[in-house]
Amino acid sequence: MITGEGFLAFAELTALGILSLSFLLTVIRVLRGPALPDRVVGLDMLVAIAIGFIAVIGIRTGYTLYLDIAIALGLVGFLATVAFARFVMSRRYEEEFISKDPLGLYRNKSND
Amino acid sequence: MIELIHNLVVGTLILIGAFFALAASIGILRLPDLYTRMHAASKAGTLGSGVMLIALAIYAPGHSTVTRALAAVLFFLLTAPISAHLLAKAAHAAGYRLWDGSVRDDMFGDGRPDHSRDGKF
Repeated sequence: MITGEGFLAFAELTALGILSLSFLLTVIRVLRGPALPDRVVGLDMLVAIAIGFIAVIGIRTGYTLYLDIAIALGLVGFLATVAFARFVMSRRYEEEFISKDPLGLYRNKSND
Repeated sequence: MIELIHNLVVGTLILIGAFFALAASIGILRLPDLYTRMHAASKAGTLGSGVMLIALAIYAPGHSTVTRALAAVLFFLLTAPISAHLLAKAAHAAGYRLWDGSVRDDMFGDGRPDHSRDGKF
């Protein structure tokens, strides 16, 4: 009687290897990313890959309690991306405000 | 026999999900500008993790795990386009440039579509 257990174990190990490789590639983009939004996109992708890890580990060990953590991680990733989008925009508006500052109130303050 | 089909379906689904995640990360590394990278991450990345969560839902015994996995898939399908759209709009408004090879920017200037270059590449 063939049950396919061997194929499932092979698929789990292969998926873990591929996920590790894609995690590494995304980390390279986060480190290299020329601007802030590139890094934010990389972090969003890291969250997605971590959720994939949680799913594969849940299949491999039968321990599905981490699924709640996956949902919370997705929520945190979404809120972080929204907050970073607001930050990207507000940083630009702040720069514009400083460049149009007729009284010189903000001229000596750095932007970061 | 049922067990064989079960294992084959779950294994195939997690392999498909892992390959989509790999495609998304290669795209994030290789594509030329922010907007194309974002399209790789938010479509292929969401599909990869969603397919792996569906594999977990097929594999797991018990209703609670299945419900939570499917709720997570639904949640990611709802939030991924919102966050990608917000980030793309914020980056465009903040002045991050498109790749030089882009043929058209519908939001250039006042944000109204520009049809003057339609059909000309």
